[in-house]
Amino acid sequence: MENIIELDNVTKRFGGITALNKASLKVTRGEVVGLIGDNGAGKSTLIKTLVGVYSPDEGDILIRGKKVNAWNALKARESGIETVFQDRALTPQQSIVKNIFMGKELRYPFGFIKEKEQIFEANRLIREIGFTSKLIKAESPVGNLSGGERQGVAIARAIYNKAELIVLDEPTNNLSLNETQKVFDFVLNVKKSNRSVLFIGHNIYHVYDISDRFVILDRGEVVHKLDKNDISTPEELMKIMRDTIGAH
Amino acid sequence: MSKNNSYLSNYFHRNGRALGSIGYFVLLMVIFLIGAPEAWIRPNLHQSVFVMMPTLIFLTIPLVFLVASGEIDLSFASTYAVAAYVFALLVKNGVDPAICLVLGIFTGAAIGALVGTLIVVFRLSSLVASLGVLFLLRGVILLLSNSRSITIMEVENHWIYPLLVGNFYGFPMQIFWAAIFVIFCYYFFNKHVFGIHIQHVGDNSVSAEQMGINVNAVKIKAFMFVGVGAAIGGIFTTMITYTFFPTQGFGYLLLALAAVFVGGTPYWGGLGTIIGAVFGVGIIAYMEIGIIAIGWSGEWRQFFNGLIILLALLGHRLHGERVR
Repeated sequence: MENIIELDNVTKRFGGITALNKASLKVTRGEVVGLIGDNGAGKSTLIKTLVGVYSPDEGDILIRGKKVNAWNALKARESGIETVFQDRALTPQQSIVKNIFMGKELRYPFGFIKEKEQIFEANRLIREIGFTSKLIKAESPVGNLSGGERQGVAIARAIYNKAELIVLDEPTNNLSLNETQKVFDFVLNVKKSNRSVLFIGHNIYHVYDISDRFVILDRGEVVHKLDKNDISTPEELMKIMRDTIGAH
Repeated sequence: MSKNNSYLSNYFHRNGRALGSIGYFVLLMVIFLIGAPEAWIRPNLHQSVFVMMPTLIFLTIPLVFLVASGEIDLSFASTYAVAAYVFALLVKNGVDPAICLVLGIFTGAAIGALVGTLIVVFRLSSLVASLGVLFLLRGVILLLSNSRSITIMEVENHWIYPLLVGNFYGFPMQIFWAAIFVIFCYYFFNKHVFGIHIQHVGDNSVSAEQMGINVNAVKIKAFMFVGVGAAIGGIFTTMITYTFFPTQGFGYLLLALAAVFVGGTPYWGGLGTIIGAVFGVGIIAYMEIGIIAIGWSGEWRQFFNGLIILLALLGHRLHGERVR
């Protein structure tokens, strides 16, 4: 199986604190990887390094087997990695359409924007995501939307860009049951189309249900990797997590 | 019906601030018209406004971009004079005025780039840092020019004079260029990647960065644009009056800033309106000249400028608070 992305012994420090210590992780095509760990385990740092928001102090990042240099968020997106950040990474005063195309606007030559095409695509995505309210239009400001709807906009952005790897950072936080189910359906659809998902979550049950493989992070280190076939219940996963965390 | 509501509310979300400043402008006109109809129908009043407006437009519109990006710049009032000084000095030394114009504008862009880099790289407060640059550059100008003005009558015989600031059958050419500038900026702000990225950056710079927008580069470009606008304003004014004088531009500092905010661009970033700013400029320019035209003493000018800023802020407040 082809590796979409690989982190090889990546270390990231902030001042004197080592947030990530020689962490290695890979995601292959068509799989859903669940990244779990306690608060402060370094999940966010790992994700932000992976998607180019932070640059690693040591270690390599490989895209489809090739080492990349000067990794940044734009390069990550151009390499087919889309992220739905925990904070959604939205600009609330701007319209839904502007948010969906943020940083990857559809352009004419000289940088002018294909506004009509963007609005058409945004309206299509809004329907695809399944916004129930008819009041929601591509030109509505994101600030008027609920938490779940905002998550929908962030996901629409990832869908539009047809990413090969979609990173979902705590995507079910603050969502209703119905909205959570929508996120799950979305993950399964991505997997079905032979693309990959990296799913970060607090809720072990959510992560267990959706993932093929689990990576446990503790105090900046990858302490355990296991396959879904190795365990049979979320409780078992929880027990392994409890036993590994703090034990190393 | 609900569909209508949504369309209207989206329309107001996008255009409410511009409509607000247009409303203020119309109100001001009506008040002047009722207060002093005989002054109002005299064409020379409007002519003086039209002399002042282009300069103020070149200063104010780029500031909308910068304020929307979440920054502010005060140094433009000195950049204005530095660019004019470079232009006048070179013209005086026999350099072709067209080349002087380009070099003057380039000077403005370079100063903008330096100010922007200083603020972005060292994470300085743009208000305080640009205040420092405002004084620093003015000091440099006073020292270099020995506090003396430079007269450049020779510029009148060059082809750029009639093209840029001449009279075309009684129509001042600078108004034509200011109008072109406004149209260009309208599309640049609303329909171009540059303007859209500025709005994202000013709205939430963390989100913009996570989506791969180079936040620092966007901000530095916005500072450069302010420098370019200031340079154009300074050089045009110098050409119109045939004179560079070392204190020039200082008077525009607060007027241009007032025009931005009266025009409906909020101070917190993420939003801005080019059309609103044009009417903001109109309001400020008519206040400056109208008060005198209707026979009141100059002392009233500042009073009314203050009043209009406060009223405009209160009015725009009705348009709503910042959404998060």
